[in-house]
Amino acid sequence: MSSLLSGVFFGLLCGTAIALAALFGVWWERKVSGRMQMRFGPQQAGPAGLLQTLADTIKLVLKEDVTPRAADARLFRMAPLLVFTPVAMSLLVIPIATGWAPLNSSIGMLLFLAVPSASVLGVLLGGWSSANTFGTLGGLRGAAQMISYEVPRTLSVLAPVVLAGTLRPAAVMGAWAWWWLPLLAVAFVIYLISSIAEMNRGPFDLPEAESELVGGYFTDYTGIRWAIFMMAEYGAMLAASLFGAAVFLGGTNGLPGLLGAAVLLAKAIGIVTVIMWAKWTFPRFRQDQLMQLAWKVLTPMALVQLLVAGAVAVAWLK
Amino acid sequence: MPLEIESNTPVIDESGRSVDRLVVNIGPSHPSTHGVCRIIATLDGETVIKAEPVIGYLHRGIEKMAENRTYLQVVPLTDRLDYVGSMYANWAYCRAVERLASITVPERAEYIRVIVCELQRIASHMMGVGASGADTGAATAFIWAFEVRERIVDLFEQLCGARLTYNYVRPGGVSADLPDGWIEKCREVVRWAPDRLRELDALFFGNMIAAGRMKGIGVLSEADAIAWGATGPVARASGVLFDLRKNDPYSVYPRLDFRVPVGDNGDCFDRGRIKLMEAIESCHIVEQALEQIEPGPVSAEGLPRLIRPRAGDAYDHIESARGSLGVYLVSDGGPRPYRMKVRSPAFCNLQLLGKLAIGHTVSDLIVILGSLDPVFGEVDR
Repeated sequence: MSSLLSGVFFGLLCGTAIALAALFGVWWERKVSGRMQMRFGPQQAGPAGLLQTLADTIKLVLKEDVTPRAADARLFRMAPLLVFTPVAMSLLVIPIATGWAPLNSSIGMLLFLAVPSASVLGVLLGGWSSANTFGTLGGLRGAAQMISYEVPRTLSVLAPVVLAGTLRPAAVMGAWAWWWLPLLAVAFVIYLISSIAEMNRGPFDLPEAESELVGGYFTDYTGIRWAIFMMAEYGAMLAASLFGAAVFLGGTNGLPGLLGAAVLLAKAIGIVTVIMWAKWTFPRFRQDQLMQLAWKVLTPMALVQLLVAGAVAVAWLK
Repeated sequence: MPLEIESNTPVIDESGRSVDRLVVNIGPSHPSTHGVCRIIATLDGETVIKAEPVIGYLHRGIEKMAENRTYLQVVPLTDRLDYVGSMYANWAYCRAVERLASITVPERAEYIRVIVCELQRIASHMMGVGASGADTGAATAFIWAFEVRERIVDLFEQLCGARLTYNYVRPGGVSADLPDGWIEKCREVVRWAPDRLRELDALFFGNMIAAGRMKGIGVLSEADAIAWGATGPVARASGVLFDLRKNDPYSVYPRLDFRVPVGDNGDCFDRGRIKLMEAIESCHIVEQALEQIEPGPVSAEGLPRLIRPRAGDAYDHIESARGSLGVYLVSDGGPRPYRMKVRSPAFCNLQLLGKLAIGHTVSDLIVILGSLDPVFGEVDR
């Protein structure tokens, strides 16, 4: 009973965190892209347009929830949740304060890498079940892409794990030292690139590729179901940024309580900004180029990085 | 011709392999069909086996409508042909009328026409380059390109009050003289623009991903470009040095010093970048024309309100942003054209889509379409 209660509690916590992240993230993205494109971004709703996303959300909730007649209705309705839930679950293991994570698991690193990859099922099913050619192509692209980028992402995260000698994220964050920055710079860049690919954001937004596939796997989704896909994307961005800040950038820097959390959050927002910067600067990859980058560039580089980190760990730390 | 639409059933190819074909209907309402093009693409996985453009969604019968209007009333119709570069259709039509009715255009009007059309070339190419950016997912390149276009459209607004359909070039001259201070404003824009264009070049064409997306994609050989009647940047990117401003000099172009950029590879990258190079060159042309322009009348003297050319026909063409834009007019001696026919470069260039896209992916299909830079007002007419 108590595990059920705590499950509900943490579920609500993660859901709220993602909703807030999406509220802020969408606004921040519109402001960042506006700045890059000589525009202002939202201005009217609330101070500096802060409430714009809220207004958009209300609009989306009130919209008609359409299920195409040709769609496999049950899978079609389920797909957004299949994308969203793993992303929400992955938030649990992130150490948001010094030495503490909502789920302080001894295999947290593994959990963080393994659970969100279940999202690929939702992307594939969402595209396929909508019985739309654009959706099908988007779903297939998404599946290929997300599975491929798992490999460099996992390898890049293994480097700090080797240095820290533990799979507990809070302990990895605690073991962080300044010389990790130069040593793991390559791993961090690989982590960042493959995380962007994992969350299907530009320049890796092939599964949705607006100019080619209209909306890719969520072409036929409307209203709140579409919003859940979007929230999953922003949730994944939040998770990847927080985790990256915690593991690669020193996280809370050992500062206690809320102060440490604020430091972590500031670093995460920095990473989010870089992710947005990349999206609004670069054109989109093509399918074959995407695969080449994952398998021919990032994976070998991540392996070398792991080797270097392992050598350092064996030579100096033990 | 009835459309042959393939079914989604598996087909066994020559080697006995079962090919699952997917027919994707791209358009007519789609984010990157540059208007209302519809492409029926047959795919094997992501590879395009066949791409068939279906046109006519924007057909308004402009050539037929012209038969019921006086020569002056046709000018606003020509605005609606290539709505990204209205000045060109205005001018091409007016040249045909002037040839038909033997009207001599004052020199100042010719200079103004060259100035507005070169500005139009920059504005139109910015649309083309920006759309290539949007097609490849680089939204910022699109907005940056639009900054330059916006400055030029502002100039046009001061000139004739309109920002899209100008109705500015008229038979015998232009509708109004340059407003006070316009030359200075224009000079400022064409001096500022080249740096912005080079910056855009570095942002978009200098980007590794953009180059990877466009280099070697949709290669059009020099011989094919000629055989398929391609003109404009599409032909020049394939190495065909054909530009009516040089090959059949008209207006005051012989007095202006400019180069025509030519590409080597004929791929999407060259087709895109050559537009940017042309836009930079156009800035220099405008600057020279602004130096050379002299005061004088801007419309032919003694031009009747109702033009009644002698019976006969006339054809004239200019180099628009998309290629050779020609207008053929037949007169029966009455106040209205007996027949008008537009030789549309966008239409001729669009034919290449089905040929260039084969063997490339869906992503490339969109990039190839964007590189051909069709404007459907002119394709469908």
